[in-house]
Amino acid sequence: MTTTLTRPERSAAIESPEERRRRIRTGILALVLAVLGVLLAVFTAPKTAKFGLSDQFAAAQLPDISLPALPVALALAAYALVVALTQLFRGVRGRWARLLWVGFALALVVTFLCWAAAGKTFPLTNQLQGTLNLATPLILGALAGVLCERAGVINVAIEGQFLAGAFAAAVVTSATGSFWAGAFAAILAGVLIAAMLAVFAIRYRVNQVVLGVVLVVFASGITGFLFDQFVKSDSQRYNNPGVLPNVPIPVLSAIPVIGQTFFAQTLLVYAMYVAVAVVTVVLFKTRWGLRVRSVGEHPRAADTVGINVLRIRYQAVLAGGIVAGLGGAFFTIGFTGSFDKDLTAGQGFIALAALIMGRWNPLGATVAALFFGFTQQLQGQLQILQTPIPGELLVMAPYLATVVAVAGAVGRVRPPKADGEPYEKG
Amino acid sequence: MSGTRPAWARELVVSVAAVVLALAVGAVLIIVSDAEVLSTWTYFFAYPPDALSASWSAVADAYGALFSGAFGGLRQLAETLVQATPLICGGLGVSLAFRAGLFNIGAQGQLIIGALCAAWVGFTLHLPPGLHVLVALVAGVLGGALWGGIVGVLKARTGAHEVILTIMLNYVALYLLQWLLTTNAFQRPGRNDPISPVVDGSAQFPAIPGSRLHLGFLVALLAAGAVWWLLTRSTTGFQLRAVGANPDAARTAGMSVGTAYTLAMLGAGALAGLAGVQQVLGTNSPLTDGIAGTVGFDSITVALLGRASPIGTVVAGLVFGALNAGGLQMQLQTQTPLTLTTVLQATIVLFIAAPALVRAVFRIRGEGAGAVLAKGWNA
Repeated sequence: MTTTLTRPERSAAIESPEERRRRIRTGILALVLAVLGVLLAVFTAPKTAKFGLSDQFAAAQLPDISLPALPVALALAAYALVVALTQLFRGVRGRWARLLWVGFALALVVTFLCWAAAGKTFPLTNQLQGTLNLATPLILGALAGVLCERAGVINVAIEGQFLAGAFAAAVVTSATGSFWAGAFAAILAGVLIAAMLAVFAIRYRVNQVVLGVVLVVFASGITGFLFDQFVKSDSQRYNNPGVLPNVPIPVLSAIPVIGQTFFAQTLLVYAMYVAVAVVTVVLFKTRWGLRVRSVGEHPRAADTVGINVLRIRYQAVLAGGIVAGLGGAFFTIGFTGSFDKDLTAGQGFIALAALIMGRWNPLGATVAALFFGFTQQLQGQLQILQTPIPGELLVMAPYLATVVAVAGAVGRVRPPKADGEPYEKG
Repeated sequence: MSGTRPAWARELVVSVAAVVLALAVGAVLIIVSDAEVLSTWTYFFAYPPDALSASWSAVADAYGALFSGAFGGLRQLAETLVQATPLICGGLGVSLAFRAGLFNIGAQGQLIIGALCAAWVGFTLHLPPGLHVLVALVAGVLGGALWGGIVGVLKARTGAHEVILTIMLNYVALYLLQWLLTTNAFQRPGRNDPISPVVDGSAQFPAIPGSRLHLGFLVALLAAGAVWWLLTRSTTGFQLRAVGANPDAARTAGMSVGTAYTLAMLGAGALAGLAGVQQVLGTNSPLTDGIAGTVGFDSITVALLGRASPIGTVVAGLVFGALNAGGLQMQLQTQTPLTLTTVLQATIVLFIAAPALVRAVFRIRGEGAGAVLAKGWNA
């Protein structure tokens, strides 16, 4: 960059009261987290923590990484403490701010892992693999939400789209024996719920939060009913789809440690990668994306320049249905291999939280979804390691983190301006 | 505009029409999901009466059982009221928040915390009969109020959105309950599964002998009366409604929007907590991680069906109670799954929420009340 302009944050010597409040609030929050990290570090057993890099079945066994748990934890916690104090008294600003915060989060996570794994082996590859598996539907769901909400339609119904997609994928794959047919059915089912959302929200102007909740109940009821009524009695025929085979990508899948995890996956996971890229590019680099964002921000203005607001909204909501339906398919044909009543277990609502934590941005939502996947997987792993913290309390962590993030750290998140407001041509 | 009929009559027509539409959707589901009935449709064009009579009898049997299970006798009627009780309380909680312009998706979590507190008092403290019930009830209501109040305070102070906060706190409450049920304080001695001790008899709502109908139903009606009084007769209620209608205008008029949000969520949590109290003190279920069932989420639909008014919520709670009670009977008698009632409940609310759609289907003329509170995230 050869810009000669002064960076605004450097020239701004005086901070507004609002900025000051936010700095202090975030600082206190970070300080609390850092102190927790220091406590964990202090109580870390002075043993070696091993991090397994390849699972037992891998062809090429890699040696474990061995870290002296106590010093590493202490050093990382100290780093986190410094960042937190800097934020509190000065504010972490400038070019490196984002990197420093990423480091802060990583430092706390690794401190925690050192504490938990001291004297034991923490299977790192399992953690990565599980994170990706749990995050894939969350990412797809959150992307569906991004598409909808950028166009001004609140999507609380992600959970319903998941359920419909999961059910359709399981039944159609079982009946036809074709994963393609199953995935296609899942997309149709997702789009069907999205269509209901669109019609009721856009045409009948029903309150969208309400509508979303009702659609979740509806999808849960209808999949549950069909499951009870005809799937359960003949599950061999209707609920035996199997799991999509892994398709290793040549070369990339040979990368040590991460290759197998990220590039020897099912097609649905690759579809997720593609969806993240496509939604980001489409939303921010194409004419249609610009229109979507404009009808979500200021529909009146968009209408004035000749954009058909309602049509764009329908398109965006239905496109979201495609993505969410695929996310639903992952629960059955991508992971567990069978449908059960309410098997999505509220993950659609977590996807919604990821979308909001990610500030209505596809990449932000992806990172937030990965965080949720990470903590959900961590809970299972730690039960094996037998830490003194009960697993139930650990599963709470992402939800508490969301509360804290929404109420404090992220600051006041700003949704698209017209999100949730029905548009009436006037 | 059909000016001859009053507004409530027009709304009633739409509501009844919505129920009829929902039943029609359910009938289609019953027919298409029954292999035997479906097989008669394969030769529909050769001999239509078979398909029609088979379909008719399948639908009539199921709905007949549903109806008789809800209203078929005193015992059935009592069961309807029992099922309606927690739904009315939870629905009131959601309604109250609604009136202040807040979406309380957190009835589930508030209910769990309410049940948790009431049950703990119920099996840990051993007090004389009348007092024990009262203390347990107050504990449950306070627990729910606390859980709802957290959301109100956070919303008022930081502007965080209550939908996300309540959804997240639902999970926190659930996992808190799961964890507590593994601790000595809450797990029934001698058991390894997550289940609490039985609540003392002295802490239970007295029931009518021979039926499950208990005093809690009256408590629920009293709560509805209290909410009605609060909303229509008190200054606080007026402020809540003013904030709900237009926060900016209310602020300009000198009201504290933050205080209104906090109070509304405190009240909403207290009412949802009362629903939890009903679960443990009324039907005497021990605390398990399934204590809330789907009551928290059903409360949202109940509140919507009742158009967020206390009287409407009581009626809607009774309708849902009847569907639940009748659904159980239907499942027993005709093997039609209970999940059908979930579909019916969702469809009814969906149709009620879109009066224009119902009018179009039945060609009813006139303009009724529009959609419920159309507002966005930013509100």
